[in-house]
Amino acid sequence: MLSFIAQRIVKGVIVLLAIIVLNFFLIRLAPGDPAVVMAGEAGASDQIFVQQLREKFGLDKPLPEQLFLYVKGILSFDLGFSFRQQMPVSTLILERLPATLLLTGTAFVISLVLGIFFGALAARWAGTWADTLITVLALIFYATPLFWVALMAILLFSVALDWLPSFGYETVGANYMGFAHILDVAAHLILPALTIGLFFMATYARMTRASMLEVKRLDFVKTARAKGLGDNLIQRRHVLRNALLPVVTLAGLQAGTLIGGAVLTETVFAWPGIGRLMYDALLQRDYNLLLGVFVVCSAMVLVFNLVTDLIYRLVDPRIEFAS
Amino acid sequence: MDVLMLKRTLIGVVLACGMTAAATAQEPKMGGVINAVIQPEPPSLMLAMIQNGPTQMVAGNIFEGLLRYSPKLEPLPGLAESWTISDDAKVYTFKLKKGVTWHDGKPFTSADVLFSIDMLRQTHARARGNLTQVEKVEAPDDSTVVFTLKQPFGPFIGIFEVGSMPMVPKHIYEGTDFKTNAANNAPIGTGPFMFKEWQKGSFIRLVKNPNYHVKGQPYPIYIDEIYWQVIPDAAARSVAFETGKIDVLPGGSVENFDVPRISKLKNTCVTGAGWEFFSPLAWMWLNNRAGPTANKKFRQAVMYAVDRNFAKDVIWNGFAKVATGPSASTLKFYTDDVPKYDYDPAKAKAMLKEAGYKGEKVRLQPLPYGETWQRWGEAVKQNLQDVGINVETIATDVPGSNQKIGDWDYDIAFTYLYQYGDPALGVARNYITSQITKGQQFNNVEGYSNPEVDQLFADGATATPDSKRKEIYEKVQKILVEDVPVAWQLELQFPTITHCQIKNLITTAIGVNDGFRDAWIEK
Repeated sequence: MLSFIAQRIVKGVIVLLAIIVLNFFLIRLAPGDPAVVMAGEAGASDQIFVQQLREKFGLDKPLPEQLFLYVKGILSFDLGFSFRQQMPVSTLILERLPATLLLTGTAFVISLVLGIFFGALAARWAGTWADTLITVLALIFYATPLFWVALMAILLFSVALDWLPSFGYETVGANYMGFAHILDVAAHLILPALTIGLFFMATYARMTRASMLEVKRLDFVKTARAKGLGDNLIQRRHVLRNALLPVVTLAGLQAGTLIGGAVLTETVFAWPGIGRLMYDALLQRDYNLLLGVFVVCSAMVLVFNLVTDLIYRLVDPRIEFAS
Repeated sequence: MDVLMLKRTLIGVVLACGMTAAATAQEPKMGGVINAVIQPEPPSLMLAMIQNGPTQMVAGNIFEGLLRYSPKLEPLPGLAESWTISDDAKVYTFKLKKGVTWHDGKPFTSADVLFSIDMLRQTHARARGNLTQVEKVEAPDDSTVVFTLKQPFGPFIGIFEVGSMPMVPKHIYEGTDFKTNAANNAPIGTGPFMFKEWQKGSFIRLVKNPNYHVKGQPYPIYIDEIYWQVIPDAAARSVAFETGKIDVLPGGSVENFDVPRISKLKNTCVTGAGWEFFSPLAWMWLNNRAGPTANKKFRQAVMYAVDRNFAKDVIWNGFAKVATGPSASTLKFYTDDVPKYDYDPAKAKAMLKEAGYKGEKVRLQPLPYGETWQRWGEAVKQNLQDVGINVETIATDVPGSNQKIGDWDYDIAFTYLYQYGDPALGVARNYITSQITKGQQFNNVEGYSNPEVDQLFADGATATPDSKRKEIYEKVQKILVEDVPVAWQLELQFPTITHCQIKNLITTAIGVNDGFRDAWIEK
């Protein structure tokens, strides 16, 4: 198993380097660079100004040299400097990481727990009105655009009912401490986390239902039934557990996108996370910051893929690691 | 509600608020917190190095310039308490206020002014341009600064507002690498508010400067704290105001089509004041170098083809004025005695025929600044198609738009530019031959070149007295409007929306950018 993990890590590093090189060139294909953006915002510019900015960003150097310097930095765990924000990229990312992990982590748990629960219920009661209800709701949540759900949630819970705050991570200026602070953040978290959570819940519910119905038809379930096991036990221990493999795969993929995958929700709810940082960096052509976020996101995907593979084994002991 | 009704309602709201303020003339109250929106989040608050709109808006509370300007663009004391201009209009002597300190307690002196000028010449493109006529700057004592010009320069007294020439602390920046100086993220100025905290992605917190320097008032700043809150989505900003979480929506914070609805909310005041210095003027660049737009008759046809009143009333909800030419009507030496281009599709068609237009494809690039601009682009596209112009819309984001305009890779492209109080500063740059340089977006992007215009602008900048400048600028406006180097559209107004208990927020020609020093909250 250790050699399996070691091998995956080595492969992961190679993939990561390939991603860096690809992204490095890809973002430079878009028209405009940071100097153009900043000159554009200055309300005035001359050639000296733009040239100064290019020198400042290191954009006057040949591309291969820029790439070499960047990769050299990465290998020593230096994500570079955002000249636009005048801060190290790692500081900017670390500042935003907790908010994003809190939001997407909560949404992940909501989606996974509710999704598996309702998926299992739907499979158990397949063909009944409860199954239809769960299926229809899941389809609605899955098919509705996230930003629309977000705006409607704001209109209902913030404007009409005034139950929950409409934006931000906490009440600015309130300076809550201790438990009051936790409650305040939780109140701000509910709407954005549910917006993302319900979307993914729908996919888990559909996946769990379909997978359980398939497993139910297999011979070993009949055997279990013939042995005289109770239905609840069969559903829980034999059907659900075997049906979870595709759900784990899906969860692994989603977990990998936890950091960068909430751009829309973070924008609508003014949640100070990585997704918005990445979006702003893209619009401002803040190359180092954008690449930095890509590196962290890619690393997350690789790590979660590995973790998913390890979880497979826990869920289904028949799976062996081939190194 | 029709457009006219809507306008009346808005004007009513504006007038009502203005009258309330005037009628009651209440005693300002101390204390309170203002929550304002800032969008997009500024990259930095170091005004000497970053001059984008949000930076100017927040940092205008922290930094100050030597002068401030009234809504009529008359100079007012800032860090300089008085100034004199020599008879030959070449020597400007400023007397600085005494006893002014930086936020860290160090005294502000003429040495800081000299240092700031040096630094700005390296880091601030607009300041560098404004200072080209300066031969030398001297500081005979701690509270006097003397600028000697190479020749008289008409707009010189107008270049000292905080965004154009912010004063920076010499003791913090001298001998350091400006771009990595730690103070860039915790700026130190002399202004009415001090930087306290910045939670990136959430808010910037400023607190009252207890040692602010307005004479005769022991605690002259009424507001205790300002929270500039970052809310990236325009609809979410509207909701934040509506639910009372935000008190101030500076101009441009919400989409223009949302302004009428918000204006009608209870306890809401709207004003178009505070943009006099900038006088934002929107136009379409017309590429004078190649394609159909190189033909003057085609350009004139574009002027007749576009229904600018529709754009004013419908797209901008009345918060605009149809432009008559290269100068906004709020600018010095403006004249409306120029050729007129009223909406006349039949005439546009006839002129296209005269121009020999054969249906060649013309690219139209809207400004990627949000929904209002997108709608404007669509309306103009329809206008142009109606008279038979074959239009293709080019969609791009802000960096892409900047790049294409700077590289002259466009046929028709929207823009809007500030005019900075004087035609020598904010108008000439778009029409004179020496400003045709690739890679920039604010100069003569269209490639228009007319020696007579060049000479008139050169004369206008240095002529004295103002009556002579007026004569020159009126002449150049007539020539330009006849030649249509670009298609002028609207003088834009970006209404500032506040809850009505916020008083005295806007008192000068740069509005919210001048900081909240005079603002107070009615309890």
